[in-house]
Amino acid sequence: MSKEKKLKFNAAWELDPAPEDSKHVSIKKQYDLFINGEFVKPNSKKYFATYNPATDEKISEVADADEKDVDKAVKAARAAFGKWSKLSGKERGKYIYRIARLMQERAREFAVIETMDGGKPIRESRDIDVPLAANHFFYYAGWADKLEYAFPNRNPKPLGVAGQIIPWNFPLLMAAWKIAPALAAGNTVVLKPAETTPLTALKLAELIRDSGLPKGVVNIITGAGKTGAAIVNHPDINKIAFTGSTNVGKWIQKSIAGTDKKCTLELGGKAANIIFEDAPLDQAVEGIINGIFFNQGHVCCAGSRLFVQESVADIVIRKLKDRMETLKVGDPMDKNTDIGAINSKQQLLKIQEYIEIGKNEGGEIYQPSCSLPKKGNFCKPTIFLNVSQSHRIVQEEIFGPVLAIQTFRTIEEVIEKANNIPYGLSAGVWTDKGSKIFNLTSKLKAGVVWANTYNKFDPTSPFGGYKESGFGREGGLHGLGAYLTI
Amino acid sequence: MARIEIQKTYKIYIGGQFPRTESGRYYPLKNKKGDVIANICLCSRKDFRNAEVAARAAQSGWGSRAAFNRAQILYRIAEMLEGRKEQFISELLLQGSTLAAAKKEVEISIDRMVYYSGWCDKFQAIYSSVNPVASSHFNFSVPEPTGVVAIIADETTSLLGLVTAIAPVIAGGNTCIVLASETKPLCAVTFAEVLNSSDLPGGVVNILTGTAAELHEHFSNHMDVNTVIYYRNNKAEIKTIKENASLNVKRVFVYNKINIATEKAESPYFIFDTQEIKTTWHPIENIGASKAGY
Repeated sequence: MSKEKKLKFNAAWELDPAPEDSKHVSIKKQYDLFINGEFVKPNSKKYFATYNPATDEKISEVADADEKDVDKAVKAARAAFGKWSKLSGKERGKYIYRIARLMQERAREFAVIETMDGGKPIRESRDIDVPLAANHFFYYAGWADKLEYAFPNRNPKPLGVAGQIIPWNFPLLMAAWKIAPALAAGNTVVLKPAETTPLTALKLAELIRDSGLPKGVVNIITGAGKTGAAIVNHPDINKIAFTGSTNVGKWIQKSIAGTDKKCTLELGGKAANIIFEDAPLDQAVEGIINGIFFNQGHVCCAGSRLFVQESVADIVIRKLKDRMETLKVGDPMDKNTDIGAINSKQQLLKIQEYIEIGKNEGGEIYQPSCSLPKKGNFCKPTIFLNVSQSHRIVQEEIFGPVLAIQTFRTIEEVIEKANNIPYGLSAGVWTDKGSKIFNLTSKLKAGVVWANTYNKFDPTSPFGGYKESGFGREGGLHGLGAYLTI
Repeated sequence: MARIEIQKTYKIYIGGQFPRTESGRYYPLKNKKGDVIANICLCSRKDFRNAEVAARAAQSGWGSRAAFNRAQILYRIAEMLEGRKEQFISELLLQGSTLAAAKKEVEISIDRMVYYSGWCDKFQAIYSSVNPVASSHFNFSVPEPTGVVAIIADETTSLLGLVTAIAPVIAGGNTCIVLASETKPLCAVTFAEVLNSSDLPGGVVNILTGTAAELHEHFSNHMDVNTVIYYRNNKAEIKTIKENASLNVKRVFVYNKINIATEKAESPYFIFDTQEIKTTWHPIENIGASKAGY
C-alpha cells in the first residue's frame, strides 16, 4: 500500500470556543475551617492561596490548620459520635440522602468550581466527578439501615472517629468516597482535602451545614502535609483512610504501627493496558486514550503502561497517533476540551522531568502538533515507544499524560510483564475472546480489571489495590466493611 | 356564603392513566355517619386484563433500567408522598382512622418506600454468587425480575398495605397489578397520583379497586401473570389462587402472617421472592499447563 489518506480534522474549520459560564458560582475570598458545624478561624491565623492552574490566577484563600485545629476537629467529631452512632440507621440514612439531593441540585456549581480549582475539563467534572460523587452519597445512604444484611451473623458497629486525607486529582469525588460510607456506618469524620484543591470540599462543608446534619459529624479542615500528619498522629482517631501517593501511604502505615488505628490505603498505580491482536482495535484505541489522558493522566488507575501484541502494534500505534492529533488541549472551562490543565506547577515540573528521563533512557517520544495556551500549566499528551521493563518511565508512577508503550508476543509474556511491578491497582484487557478475558482477570495482580473498557467507576463497584497500591476497598458492599467492626 | 367544595372522582390507574372501570359499575363508600364519601370503581375481569397488558408492556423497560435509576424513582415517590402527607392523613381520617394512627401510617409508608429505594441497587450484591465450579469456567448466578406480579393487598389499611406490597416488587424490576383495600380504597387512588408524578413509567404499577371475592379468580388464572401475592385471610380464596396458579406454574406467596405496621414487614427477602436466579457458564482459557480459575 502506498501513502494512506488521512482525515484532517482541523483543516476545514475550527471549533469555536464554548466556555462554561462561571458567573453563577459563588466563591468567597477566604475560607475558614469547618469544625463542629460552623466555619471557624484557624489557630495560626494563617491562610494560603489556591490558584486556577489554567490561568495562574488566585481564586481564594483557605485556612492552614495546625495541631490545635486538628485537635479541635477531632474533639468535635468525638463529641458527636455518641449520638450519631446511636441514631437509627433509617434516620442516619435520611441525612445522607439529603446531602446527595443537595449535591444533585447544585451539581453545575460544583462542576465549575472543581474545574476552576483543579484544572480538569468541565466535560469531566460535569459528567463524571460531580454526578458520581452525588451517587455515592445516594448509594451509601441506603446502606445505613441495612448493615446487618451486609455482614450476616455479625453485629456490625462503627469504629468511631475517622481521619480522612484525600488527593487533588478527584477532590469532590474522593470526599464522597470517604464521607458517604463512613457516615452510613455511623462514624464521624475529620476530612482534609489536598492543599491545591480545597474549594469543592469547602463548598461541600457549606452544603452539609445546609443539610442540617448534626454538628460535628463531619469536620472539614484545610492544610498541607503537616495538617495531614497531625490527623494521622492524633491519639483519639480510630481509623485513617488515605488516598494518595505510595510514599505517604507507607509513612502512614509506619506512623500508626504502635496504635490500634484501623487503616485503608488507596495508593499509586502503574496499570497495564493490554491490547491483543483479536481486539476491536478502534475501540481499543479509544480505551488507550481514555486510559491515559482522562483527567490529564492524574489518575491512580491510569493505563500508563500499554502492551500491544506485536502483530497489530504498527496499526494500533498509527491509529493512536492519529487519534492524539484530534485531542483538544487547553482551557478546561471549554466544553470541547479533552485535556485540561496540569494541577500545579510542581506537578508539571515532575512530569517534564520524567519526559526528559524517558528521552535520556532512549525512549522514542511522540507528541501531537497541538499548541498550548501561553498561561497556566499545560502539557502535551505524550507517548514513548521503544521502552523496556527496566526504564524508569515504565516502573514509576508519573501521574501525568505520559504513556509508555511496549509490545509482546505471547499471553504468558504479557502476564509476566504486567505483574512485574510493585503496584497492583488496575489493569485493562482488550480482546474479543471472553475466555481469554477471564484467564487474564484471574492472573493479573490488580484490584480492578477492565475488559474492553477503561476507567469505569460506580458506587456499587469495589475499588482498590493489590500490593503497594494499598489495601482495603472503596465502593460497594466491600467499601462498608472498612468503616465497621465486624 | 360558604364555598361549595369540589369533590374528587376516585378512578383507577392503568398504564399511567386514570380511566373509570370498563364495566361502568361502582360501590358507594360511606363514612361512620352513613353519608356517601365517594363512588368507587367496582373493577371487572376486563379491567384486570387491561392492567395486565399494561404491566407486561412496561416490564422489560422497567426491568432493564439501571438499578440506580430505579432507586432514584422510588426515592422520588417517597419525596412526593412526604409532600402530600396532609392529604393522606385527611383521607385516613375520613376512612375512620384516629389522627395519631393516620400520621403514623403515613410516616411508616414514606420511610418504607425509602427503605426499598435503598435496596434497588443493593439486593443483587446479597443474592448473587460466583460459583467455584471444578471445571475451567467462570460461573455466576444473578437475580432477575420474575415479570408481572398480581397482588391482592392488605384489606385493613388504606396506604401502608399498598406501599408494603408494591415497593419490594418494583424495586426488583417487576411490574404489578394491585387490588386495593375494598373498605379503605381512598388512599390507593391518591397514591396512584403520587406514582404518576414521580417519574415512574406508566404501567409499572396498576391499581384497581373492587372486591377480592370477585377478582381473585382472575388474578390467579391469567396465563400471562408470573406471580401472585396475597395479603388477606380468606382460606377459600387462597386455595383457589394456589390451584389456579398451577395452570402456568405461577409462584404464589401468601403474606398474611406479617404485621405490616412493624419493621418485620421490611426485608430484602420480599424482593427476593419475586426474583428468578440465572446462572451463566463461561469458559476460561487455559494456556499450556497454566490453569486459570475462580
